[in-house]
This record gives sequence, C-alpha cells and structure tokens, in this order.
Amino acid sequence: MTSLPGKTDKKLGLVIDLDTCVGCHACVTNCKEWNTGGHMAPLTDLNAYGKGADGVWFNRVHTYEVDDAPGCSRTVHFPKSCLHCETPACVTVCPTGASYKRTSDGIVLVNEDLCIGCKLCSWACPYGAREFDVFEGVMKKCTLCVDRIYNTNLDEVDRVPACVLTCPTGARHFGDLGDPNSDVSQLVAARGGVDLMPELGYKPTNKYLPPRPRRTAAADVGATAELVSAPGGFLGWVDRLLSR
Amino acid sequence: MSFTDPQEPDGVDMSPVVADEVKTTTCYMCACRCGIRVFVKDGKIRYIQGNRDHPVNKGVLCGKGAAGIMQHNSPARLRKPLKRIGERGRGEFVEIEWDEALQLATDWLGHIRRTDPKQLAFFTGRDQSQSLTGWWAAMFGTPNYAAHGGFCSVNMAAAGLYTIGGSFWEFGEPDWEHTKYFMMFGVAEDHDSNPIKIGLGKLKGRGAKFISVNPAKTGYSAIADEWIGIRPGTDGLFIMALIHELLRAGQVDLDYLVRYTNAPWLVIQEPGTADDGLIARDASGAPLCWDRGSNAAASALRADVTPALQGTFTVDGKTCIPAFELLAQRYADAKFAPDAVADTCGIPTATIKRIAAELAHVAFKETIEIAVPWTDWAGRRHESMIGRPVAMHAMRGISAHSNGFHTCRALHVLQMLLGSVDVPGGFRYKPPFPKPVPPGPKPAGKAGAKPDTPMPGLPLGFVTSPDDLLLDPDGTAIRIDKAYTWDFPMAAHGALHMVLQNAAAGDPYRIDTLFLYMANLAWNSSMSATAAIDALTAKDEDGTYKIPHFIYVDAYASETVAYADLVLPDTTYLERWDCISLLDRPISDADGACDAIRQPVVEPDRDVRAFQSVLLDLGARLGLPGMVKGDGRPAYPGGFADYMVNHQRAQGLGPLAGWRGYEGGEAGRGAPNAWQLESYIANGCFWRGDIPVGARYFKMANAGYLTWATHMGFIAGPEQIVLQLYSEPMQRFRNAARGHGAMQPPESHRARVEAAFDPIPVWYPPFEEAAIDRDEFPLHALTQRPMQHYHSWGSQNAWLRQITAANRLFVHRATAAKLGIADDDWVWVISSAGRVKGQVRLVEGVNPDTVWTWNAIGKRKGAWALKPDAPEAHDGFLLNHAISEWLPGGDRRPNCDPVTGQAAWFDLRVRIEKAAPGAWPEFGALTSPPGVVPGPDVLRYGADFKVRP
Amino acid sequence: MHPAASIIFFTTASGLGYGLMAWAGILAAFGQMPLHRGLGIGVMVTALVLVSTGLLSSLLHLGRPERAWRALSQWRSSWLSREAVAAILTFIPATVFAGAWIFLDHLSRLAGVFTALGALITVYCTAMIYRSLTPIKQWSNPTTVPVYLALSLMTGATWLHAFLLAFGAGSARTVLITGAVAVISIPAGYTLKRRAWHYDPTPAATIQSATGLGGTDIRSVEWPHTEENFLLKEMGYRVARKHAERLRQIATGAGFIAPLLLLVVTAGRQDWLATAAAILAAIVMAAGITVERWLFFAEAKHTVALYYGR
Ligand SMILES: Nc1nc2c(c(=O)[nH]1)N[C@H]1C(S)=C(S)[C@@H](COP(=O)(O)OP(=O)(O)OC[C@H]3O[C@@H](n4cnc5c(=O)[nH]c(N)nc54)[C@H](O)[C@@H]3O)O[C@H]1N2
Ligand SMILES: Nc1nc2c(c(=O)[nH]1)N[C@H]1C(S)=C(S)[C@@H](COP(=O)(O)OP(=O)(O)OC[C@H]3O[C@@H](n4cnc5c(=O)[nH]c(N)nc54)[C@H](O)[C@@H]3O)O[C@H]1N2
Ligand code: SF4
Ligand code: SF4
Ligand code: SF4
Ligand code: SF4
Ligand code: SF4
Ligand SMILES: [Mo]
Repeated sequence: MTSLPGKTDKKLGLVIDLDTCVGCHACVTNCKEWNTGGHMAPLTDLNAYGKGADGVWFNRVHTYEVDDAPGCSRTVHFPKSCLHCETPACVTVCPTGASYKRTSDGIVLVNEDLCIGCKLCSWACPYGAREFDVFEGVMKKCTLCVDRIYNTNLDEVDRVPACVLTCPTGARHFGDLGDPNSDVSQLVAARGGVDLMPELGYKPTNKYLPPRPRRTAAADVGATAELVSAPGGFLGWVDRLLSR
Repeated sequence: MSFTDPQEPDGVDMSPVVADEVKTTTCYMCACRCGIRVFVKDGKIRYIQGNRDHPVNKGVLCGKGAAGIMQHNSPARLRKPLKRIGERGRGEFVEIEWDEALQLATDWLGHIRRTDPKQLAFFTGRDQSQSLTGWWAAMFGTPNYAAHGGFCSVNMAAAGLYTIGGSFWEFGEPDWEHTKYFMMFGVAEDHDSNPIKIGLGKLKGRGAKFISVNPAKTGYSAIADEWIGIRPGTDGLFIMALIHELLRAGQVDLDYLVRYTNAPWLVIQEPGTADDGLIARDASGAPLCWDRGSNAAASALRADVTPALQGTFTVDGKTCIPAFELLAQRYADAKFAPDAVADTCGIPTATIKRIAAELAHVAFKETIEIAVPWTDWAGRRHESMIGRPVAMHAMRGISAHSNGFHTCRALHVLQMLLGSVDVPGGFRYKPPFPKPVPPGPKPAGKAGAKPDTPMPGLPLGFVTSPDDLLLDPDGTAIRIDKAYTWDFPMAAHGALHMVLQNAAAGDPYRIDTLFLYMANLAWNSSMSATAAIDALTAKDEDGTYKIPHFIYVDAYASETVAYADLVLPDTTYLERWDCISLLDRPISDADGACDAIRQPVVEPDRDVRAFQSVLLDLGARLGLPGMVKGDGRPAYPGGFADYMVNHQRAQGLGPLAGWRGYEGGEAGRGAPNAWQLESYIANGCFWRGDIPVGARYFKMANAGYLTWATHMGFIAGPEQIVLQLYSEPMQRFRNAARGHGAMQPPESHRARVEAAFDPIPVWYPPFEEAAIDRDEFPLHALTQRPMQHYHSWGSQNAWLRQITAANRLFVHRATAAKLGIADDDWVWVISSAGRVKGQVRLVEGVNPDTVWTWNAIGKRKGAWALKPDAPEAHDGFLLNHAISEWLPGGDRRPNCDPVTGQAAWFDLRVRIEKAAPGAWPEFGALTSPPGVVPGPDVLRYGADFKVRP
Repeated sequence: MHPAASIIFFTTASGLGYGLMAWAGILAAFGQMPLHRGLGIGVMVTALVLVSTGLLSSLLHLGRPERAWRALSQWRSSWLSREAVAAILTFIPATVFAGAWIFLDHLSRLAGVFTALGALITVYCTAMIYRSLTPIKQWSNPTTVPVYLALSLMTGATWLHAFLLAFGAGSARTVLITGAVAVISIPAGYTLKRRAWHYDPTPAATIQSATGLGGTDIRSVEWPHTEENFLLKEMGYRVARKHAERLRQIATGAGFIAPLLLLVVTAGRQDWLATAAAILAAIVMAAGITVERWLFFAEAKHTVALYYGR
C-alpha cells in the first residue's frame, strides 16, 4: 500500500559523519557488491566496459568545496543514499503500491514484482536516492540492507548494513533513530545532526553530522602563538647534566 | 546492537542464505593486504567482507577491496601463455602450452646463466614476494634484481632505515590510541590505507589535532583540523624552520636524545683529513662521547656516562664536537627562521611559529604516562612509559622529490628532537623494525656475476661506505639500473625506472633478457611511457630488438603485455597461494608481528598458473641451488605452498612465522610444520604474535623487545639500537667526494655527491626546478592516488571505473582566472620533457602554484579489454607523458634523488595553455591478446543469487 | 527534467483530446451541438484516438508496460493512479456519448455531462501529478493545474471550432460560440502560461540545505561518477537559457498568437477561408503547445541537480 503508515515501530536509519568521511567510496562499492546479489539483485551495469558506463547504485559519494567565507573553503565528502524518510512522497506517488514504507521499522522499499517502472517515485524523491534499472524496467533503491540486518544466517555483529560494516573511518552509524536512547540518537543529539532539505517536509530518518569547526588557533590546543627564546642564549639551555 | 525479525507482512526474505561456504584469505586489490572473508555461493563469489579479527583492517574494507568481485571477473584476464609472433606492441600472439612456454624461458635463461648471468634483468613491481624473487635472482647469479621501491618511495624507506632503523611507509604507524597531535606530510592514501583510515577515525573521535601538510586538499586532508597547502618540494625547509624554532626556545627532549640517539657522539672536526666528520671511536670501534662525569672521552654505548651535548673536545689529538651541537649550529642559522622560509614554502610565518609552539606544548606539557613497567637495554627498570604525544606520518609527497631523502631524514630528526620515536603517543615501529641503523647486509655482487654461480648474498642491501658500491674496477656500474653507483649510492631498493632506457642504450651494458613481473612499465610506472615504449621497441641495425628477450608475467591485458615476447599468465588473487611474509613487506602492527597467507578461494577457469609456483618450477628446470634436490628433482614439487611451509632461509626461519615446529607450537623460529597452512586457514589466514606488554614502546632500547625480536629472528642480537641524528655513513661518501679513500666519485660527480651527502639534513631546490626557467614553467604538477583505484588496475573493474573513468587536471580558481582558463576547458600541460592534454576542474583546495590529477586513470586505447570508445583513453590522461627519467639538459642526468635514486615524480614543473578538446598524445590502439574477450555490455552480476520467495 | 517524447506526446495529445471531448460534451449538454454524424465521427473519434494513443504512448515510457494495470490500484494516495482510473472511467461516458451520437443519431446530454466531467477530472489528475512533485518547483506550484486545464480547454475549443467549420455542420451560432470560446481561451491560457513561465523557479531547497552544510557557497568539485547516470539523464537535463527563450517565443507564437490572429481575422465568417484559418489555427496551436510541453519538462529543475552543481 502506498499510503504511509501513520507511525512506525522503529525508525531505522543511518547517521553519517561528514567530519570523518574521507570520501573513499568503500561504502559505495560494498553496498554495490552486497546488493547486486541481494534483495534487489542485480544492480545492473550498462556499457560496463566502454563509454557511457551507467549502473544502478544505492549509495554515492559527492565532493564539495564549501565556503565558510569567500575564499575560505573546506572540502567535504558527502555520501548519499536513501534517507528512509518518514513522510516520503516517493511512496505516496506510486500508482502500483510497489513503493512502500514498512510499519515495523520504517524502511522504504520497492516491491519489484509490482513496479511498472513509471519512474514517478524517482521524480518525487528530492534526494536522488532511487535508481532505475533500465534493463529490468523497475525502480531500485537502498534497502537499508533489509536482508542483512535481521539475517540469522550472518553472525550477529555482521547484522548491520554493508556500508556501515565496511566504512574504514567509522563515519557511518546505524540504529533506531526513533529511540531517543539509542546510540545513534545520542550521537545526533551530541553532534547536532541535521536533516537534508527539511523545508521539503519529507522528514528524513537518516541524519548528517556536520563537520566540526576547524581548529587552527594555538589556543585550541592550549599553546601560545609562538615560542619564546630560551634563556641563556643559543645552546645555553643545553648545559645540564644528562644521563644515559 | 542487533534487531530481531520485525514480522513485517511484506514477504521480504530477511534471512536469505548468503553462502555455501565462507573462506578467509588476504585481499590484493592493493598492497595493504587486509584480511577478507569471501562468501562463495554456487561456486561464484557472492560477497567479500572484511575479516573482523584481522590485525590490518579489523573488519573494514576500502572501496577497492569491496570491488574485488569485478577484479576477479575482469574481461581483461589472460587465458593462456602467449608467444609473440608480430612486432612488439602489435598484440600479435599465439597461445601456447605451458610446457612450451617454460621450455622457451628455460632455454633463454639457461643460456644466460651458463654464459653471463647479469644478462638477465629480473625486476618485479607490485608484488610482495620479494624474499622469493630476490632469493631466486641470487641463486640465478644476477645482480640485476629489484622490486619497485626505487620509483616508489625509497627515499622514505632509506632515510628512515639510515636514521631510526625503521620508517613510515608501512613499517611504522602513529600511536593512534594515544597521540594528541598528528602531522601528516604528503599522504593521499598510502600502503596502510585501511589502518590509516581507521586511525584517523579514532583521532577524530578523540578530538586529537590532525594537521595535513599537502599541496592538495583531498581525502585525508579534507578532514584535517588544519590543512597546510605547502608548495611542493619545500617540506624540508618547513621542517627545518620548525626545528629552528624548537632549538631557539630550548624545546627539545635532551634526555631522549642522550638515551636513544647519537646526539652525544663526538664528531671529528679535522677539515681536509679523511677522518673529518666521522665519529670518534675507541679501539674496539665503539663511538665516543664526552663523559662529563669523568671529564674524558668514553664509549657512548655505556650506560653510566653523563654525555655532553655541546662543547669542543680533543680526543686522540683530534678536535671533536658532539653531533647535537653540529646539528643545532646548522639549524640555528637565520636562513631557517620561519620568516626566511615562509615565501619559499608558501606558508605564513605565523603559521610556522604557531605549529612549532603547538608541537612543543603537546610534546612537553601534555606528556602522557602509561603505567607499564619496562626494562631498558642496560637492565634498568622503569616504572612507567612516558610519552610525547605528537606523531608524524609521511609518504611520497615528501619522498618523491630529488631532495626527498634529506626531507625525510629531517622529519625523523624533528621526531627525535621531540622525543617521540616509539614512545606512547608518538610514532611506533612495527616489527620486524627497528633494525640496526642501517640494517643488515650489504648488496651482493661486488665481484660481478659469474657463469653458473649464485650471488654470495641478496642483490639489495645497505651500503655504509663507498667501498660497498657496486662498481667495476674501471668504475662502470655492475647493475643495469646503476643502483649503488655514484649516481645514487644508497639505492637500497634498486632503480627499476632506469632499467629499460639503460638496457636499450647499452649503458652500462646490454642485457639479453628482461624478466618482469607485475609492473606496467609500458605505461604508468615508467616516468616517461613514451620513452619506455621506445626502449622496448628499439632495434639494432640488424633488425633485432635492443632488448632481445622480454618475458612478462601479468594476470591481465595491461599495456605492457603487448610488448612482451613471452607472456606467463598469472592467477587472480582469489585463485592462488601467497605468502605475506615478515621477510618481505610485513603487515605487522606496533603491538604485534603478523604475517598472512592467501589461499585459493576459487579454482582458475583458465590455463593460468600462480607466478611464484612458476618461478620455482623455472628454478628447478634451471637447476638453481635450493630449488632442486640432490638428485636434481624439484625441491618444491608442491609449488609455492610447498615452499611457504618447507623453505628455510636460516635454521628454523622460514617464510611464515606462525605455527612453526613439528607440533606447530612455536612462533618465529622452529622447524617446518607440515600442518602450518591448515593452522593459518583455521586462524583466518593470518598469524599474529603479540609483543610482550612491557616491550611495546621504546623498542630500540627495550630489553624485553630486543630479546623477543632476537628470538623471532628480526635482529641478530639484543643490543640497543641507537638512532642516528647524525649520519656517519653519509659523511663517508662525502669524504670520498672530497678526495679521500680508494673509492672516489668521478670528477663530474664530486660536487653533487659532496652536497648530497651531508650527514645533517639539508634542503636544496628540487633539481628540475633548479634546471628550468621558472617563468617558462611556473607551476608544479602532481599526481595523487584515488582511494578507489589502484594504479592501472582499477579501470578493468566494471564498478570502480564507473566512479572514475576519466581524470581532470585540478587547478586553483585564482590561477586559472589569471590564465583565462575556465572550468571544463581543455589545456595543454607542457613540461620541459613533453606534453599531454587534459580537461580542467577548478578548485580552491590546492596550492595556487600547483596543478594535479589522479594517478594512472588515463589508459592506452585497446588495453585492459576496454572498448575503444572508453573515456579512459579519450578524456583521461596520463601525466607521465610530461615526465622524464632525465633532467633537462640532455646529458642523461637522472631525474632522481642523488642519494637513493628515488624517481622524482613530483619535481615536475609545467605551464598550462588552453587547448582544443581531445586526448593527446595519441598512441595506436592496442589489440587485445588472444583469449581476452570484451566484457558484456549489460552486466547483471548477482542476478543468479537472487532469492525469490 | 528529461523531456521524454512519449510523455510530451501523452500530455499534449491527451490534453487536446480531453479538451475536445469536454467541449463536445458541454455543448451537447446545452443543446448547442449539431447532430451531424460526420462531425460526431470527426470530433469523438479524434478525441478518443488522441486520448488512447496518448495513454498508450505513456505506457511506452514504462519499464514494465505489461503490468500497467497495476497502476489502477493506488487511487487513494497516488495522482498517477487517479489519473489512470479517471482516464479509464471517462472512456465509459465518452464511448456512450460518441456511440449514441454516431450510431443512434442521439446527443445524450447526460453522457455529455459525464464525458466533460471525466475529461476535466482526468486532466486535473494529470496536472496534479506534476503539481504534487515537491522537488520540482516549476511544477509544484499553483500555476500548474490551471495551465493544464486551460490549455486542454483552449486546444479543445480551437479544434472543435475547426471541426465545426470543416464539416460545415454547425449553425452560425454554434460556430460563433466555439469561435468565441476559442478566442477567449487563448489569451486566458496565455496569461496563465505566462504566469507559470514567470513563476519564481528558485527551489525551496538550496545546495546549503540539500547538504546540510550551510556556508556561503558550495561548489560540486567531484561527482560520484564521471559519466552521466540515471539521475543526471532523468533529472539533470539542462536546456540553455538562450535556447529556452527562443523556444518560449515559438511556443507563444505558435501556441497562442498565430491561432488567435487566424481566428480573430476570420471571425464571423463561415467560408472556406474561415475554415482554412480554423484548421491552420488548430494545427499550429497543437504544434505550439507541444513545444510548450517540451519546455515544461526541459526547464523543470529537480532538486537532485543541486547535488551535481547543475
Ligand atoms: N605520474 C606518476 N606515476 C607513477 C606514480 C605517481 O605517483 N605518479 N607512482 C609510482 C609508484 S609509487 C608505483 S608503485 C608505480 C606503480 O605502477 P605499477 O607497478 O606498474 O603498478 P600497476 O599499474 O598496478 O601495474 C602492475 C601490473 O600488475 C598486474 N597485475 C595485477 N594483479 C596481478 C596479479 O595478481 N598477478 C600478476 N602477475 N600481475 C598482476 C597489472 O595487470 C599491471 O599490469 O607507479 C609509479 N608511477
Ligand atoms: N587507493 C590506492 N592506494 C594506494 C595506491 C593506489 O594506487 N591506490 N598505491 C600504493 C602505492 S604503490 C604507494 S607508493 C602508496 C603511496 O601513497 P601516497 O604517498 O599517499 O601516494 P600519492 O598519492 O602519490 O600521494 C602523494 C601526496 O603527496 C602530495 N604531495 C606531492 N608533493 C608534495 C610535497 O612536496 N609536499 C607535501 N607535503 N605533499 C606533497 C600529493 O598532493 C599527494 O597527496 O599508495 C599505495 N596505496
Ligand atoms: S566508507 Fe566511510 S569514509 Fe569512505 S566514503 Fe563512505 S562514509 Fe566516507
Ligand atoms: S530519500 Fe527519497 S527514496 Fe528515500 S524515502 Fe526519502 S524520498 Fe523516498
Ligand atoms: S517506478 Fe515503480 S515504485 Fe516507482 S512509482 Fe512507479 S511503480 Fe512505483
Ligand atoms: S544501507 Fe545497505 S543498501 Fe543502503 S546504502 Fe547502505 S549498504 Fe547500500
Ligand atoms: S586497503 Fe582495500 S584494496 Fe587494499 S588490501 Fe585492504 S581492502 Fe584490499
Ligand atoms: Mo608505490
């Protein structure tokens, strides 16, 4: 049903730390390899070995330069996948019921068997989180690794999304953002996590932790701005008894 | 945290069976060598996950590692041995059987070995089997062996090994758990890619300050607290200014210097004599210091001395000054003051002063203490470990310059002055390091090569005086790459980048066979790809190739395959046994020694063979010592796996350190154990031997560590390793240049050697910069590794190439504006050596005098089984077309560091000019070798795994 | 947004078809429609063919056309589903209306009313699909629905007028009515379209809010992929400003000014000249509105483009 659940039992989602992400694309390819054999398999690649290579990916990393003031820029790597919004139009616009939001955990999924490939949901997603599989004629998207996170065939520690499991810097976190006591909720609170495009009203579940302010003042580490010359003149200070 | 089945009635199978079998092995999408768990389903690879228990990656994988499926399924994989039938470079081959291929190789090599073994140049690139390949070369009897280190980062390795007996590279790591202030110089990715990322994540979490010194702000630099966009090639000067500031303020750890370094050693000051600048020694050869207790010279190695760090003393009638004072005098000079270097480095004076102040503050005011007692080399017990929590890491950004050796050494000097080498919070050695400074044996081959005779030792080693150089009595180089000659005396890793051109020019001599393993020399790993291709195709008047035979071992249809006469196809990393040995490039961490294996996870579906086994087979066919039994039968009939278990380098020491001994209960040393590989596999394909807790810091002087390391066979005995602030071996070469000793540089080299072999780090402008007109070539041009590609391999990977199929030239907005260049414009990148075209991307996060691009994304048309229209060949470009092995001037002066021979990739100077769109230079399209078929247009990997309810 | 030919054809053709049937139904309801079989065939078959081929061409756009029937299921939440349902339901009165007219020589007022209602509801649903796409400011604004309805009615009126003249079927009064309706609807339609064109297209979201990064300026320095992917092909379409300006002029000229002039000049006449002018007006207008529809897509900017610095 493409009507949205009024409320979900959990709000599972990701928290992405833009202060720590180095833009390594590990989450990108790990997502690809897991999911190309997973619930939405395959993640078809067109022109895989020539010009115009174009595949289905659920997670992509952009790079931006952000000016804090003119001429004073920061470089930020920005991974983006489905935000599993609370009130996403990608679900309500779907004419077939293929696009739906789960009541239990809030995961937004596509039922490929129902999808007619009208692409309307991709138009309705402001974030560009849905990708069309031209070959299969159906819409695909991040599943929040629904076939990992509950998978009793995997070790318990491995029951997290592939992108989270692999992130070398630990910039990705997974949990229940509906539970204010969960680690992820606490992290969001502590670091001032933000929503993307809140003004559009989709209420994304995933949160982004903004880069911390850069520390370029001596006081930030408790030092003075420069060193004072040692008393006793050049090498004078060296003259003390030293034992080996 | 984990969640239970939510009973959602949508029919989604939330617990699909993922694999029939999960096998552990070691990743080889790059040289980091992470542990992986490969999920195999229906005989195909379903998923590759990081091995959580593995010491290197602790469960994570990088972007490449997770794309291993597509590496394994690359359409560019070779299928069968190939014999060339057309001209080199035309891609005309016939497939032959292995027997014929090995017979051919045996014929060529057998002839060489019987006549003149140095006619074989055996070089290897990206691999980690150097203890096997180096040994094989020695048994063959050729001095002409090296791996890729000479063009990679030998400056870094050698400077470290000649200074602190260890190095950054992957030989050491910052104390990620404790450091409070971390400075990274010239690193984009590095070999330790996952450990660095894990470590940076930790630093970020702890709020430690992270500074990145790098002309380009990408990846790691992007998340740094402070980015210092230094002008390339000037780090040495910046570091010396920091040292100047610390010395001026007396913010130096004198206790550390006296205990762990040669700062108090007395240096003879007798200008004009052969002893000048050497260390004063007693009759037994022990270095002397001035003991203030006895007010006399005394062995600096004694524990009970009170050494002076300054003063002028007379020993045996010679004037001597402690090394530290010489060093302090050097850097006290106003030319190293922050305001004197600021413009050259492109770093504001105030920033340099502030960083010095911050370093001093954190090192000396925020000292950390770990409550772990330890005993030093002299048997003295210390109740705790006190550390200076400032750590450094550096890589090719400072190394790949012609002044890189000194810059790297300067950085180690800075670390020593701060007392932060192998202390809590500082830089930490990973076993088998530290080693004596410099380590181990000299390079073998002084006597040249003799028919049917093995070398007396391994081809690569560490020279300590001109007597160790590999020169014929007439002064010609013994090695084809001229390593260990006056061109670059301390070429500890050889100089692979000089081989092709030297061989083609017959300088120092001609060779018969080039045997190359895993290096794409006809493209991205030669400084000039064009010159490399020319050398491979150059012919004599009689129409024969100047390099008559070229055997190449690759697994894929790379650019270089097209130029080989005989191609031996390798397996992929998921199909073979491999040995990540402590004798090669280890994967240890600072708390433990580690090694690992690769086991076949899937069977090859083509007629390919693992190179290491092929090499042992060739060795047996050639009857090389150690590779045949007494009766002439192969010593390792079981191939490389057999060798891994049964080969012994010395009594009880073999390729693998774990589960040795008949019972498998011994670590490090022990008899071969027939079940060793089974034990590795049961343990996730790696072994880790913990360093005893009290032995994990101060390793160079920690009795616990030195004893343990001796037992493990890492060092010969448990003597203290004294770090070398002042480098006496360098002074020996300098004295030779000044006319002392039997071995002296030729006149043409004297001045250069004298300048380059300063025992205290110096800075000079990079050679290319000094040789060109800076107005004509106003910009520096650099490359960086993209995190998601590995050199030239990535482009055959259907997933990775979607992320980066073409590279841009990154130019600072302000610089571009001055030149009238806009985003997306095509430009010529013109150097004194050549030119190449690329498309511009404007950025701000780059030093304004610098342009850069991603390394090795540009491909030759037709290579790697890519379609002819692939952007890699049309929009991407290879900066190497603008680089040269030679300095401007045409007199064959190598574009290398004068100490080590390190290829000076990053010295490149260019100008850029607007150009019409389109790639340049254009090479003819390569033809795929037989058996290499283009990949499918529609790739639906994984469709078969789909679980349908 | 990518101006897919099938979708442009669909919205233009079905807009025209529904407009035509709407006016036929309304005129019939008010007893103003001449009971002329040829006209019935001309008008209703054209309308039904336009609507059907439009719908069929929209199926071409689907990845899985064979499952199109599933689109009828979600009328509770989805405007696309509602459109499909409305379109199919409209076929019932429209077929009855057309059948009675053509085969029974009977103009059913009731069927006419329902046909007109169904047609307008369908067009409304189509418009609402676009109106409700928050990420695309050019569509999700108050101008979209009026424009769709107005242009549908305008093209419908103009075409009906032409049919009447062509078949010589209408009384002078009917021709006057349709002519007047057409002439009035053109400036009305144009006014609404102009308002849409001048509607501030600045999306509510900015690159600052899209990334949550704030800052004064944010520039995309590297995309996640070096070649165009689905998102860019589908939603990153860019039409050059100059180009768009010229196309707007063409759309204005062909879609509004030329038909208006042709109709005004021949107003009150029922001769061959008026007929020719009306037919020409209808054809030129359809072409102009196709251009307008192309621009409707091509000029629409999706928030995804923000991420790509487009
Ligand atoms: N401009 C510029 N050039 C550079 C550098 C730079 O910074 N800038 N960096 C330099 C450095 S540090 C390095 S290390 C070199 C690296 O350059 P290379 O050593 O040439 O490395 P690759 O391009 O990875 O090529 C290695 C070859 O190994 C093959 N190969 C891959 N896997 C296997 C396998 O399993 N078995 C076998 N037998 N072969 C395999 C590949 O197909 C490829 O042909 O590049 C150097 N070139
Ligand atoms: N993903 C990936 N990982 C790899 C490789 C790969 O190809 N891909 N290759 C492996 C190999 S063989 C090697 S050798 C290592 C190399 O690892 P790195 O040393 O990280 O190699 P580079 O990418 O050459 O990075 C050099 C960095 O130094 C900067 N730089 C250049 N000149 C200067 C300078 O004068 N001063 C300073 N401070 N910085 C400077 C450049 O901007 C760049 O960021 O990476 C290894 N790891
Ligand atoms: S894996 Fe982690 S660090 Fe790498 S791009 Fe993804 S989020 Fe960033
Ligand atoms: S991010 Fe896009 S696809 Fe995901 S739930 Fe939100 S609107 Fe839907
Ligand atoms: S493409 Fe599929 S999932 Fe998306 S709206 Fe259409 S039918 Fe629904
Ligand atoms: S949660 Fe799973 S599907 Fe979603 S981006 Fe991460 S790996 Fe991909
Ligand atoms: S860093 Fe990446 S590619 Fe390299 S070994 Fe580790 S996982 Fe493999
Ligand atoms: Mo390297």
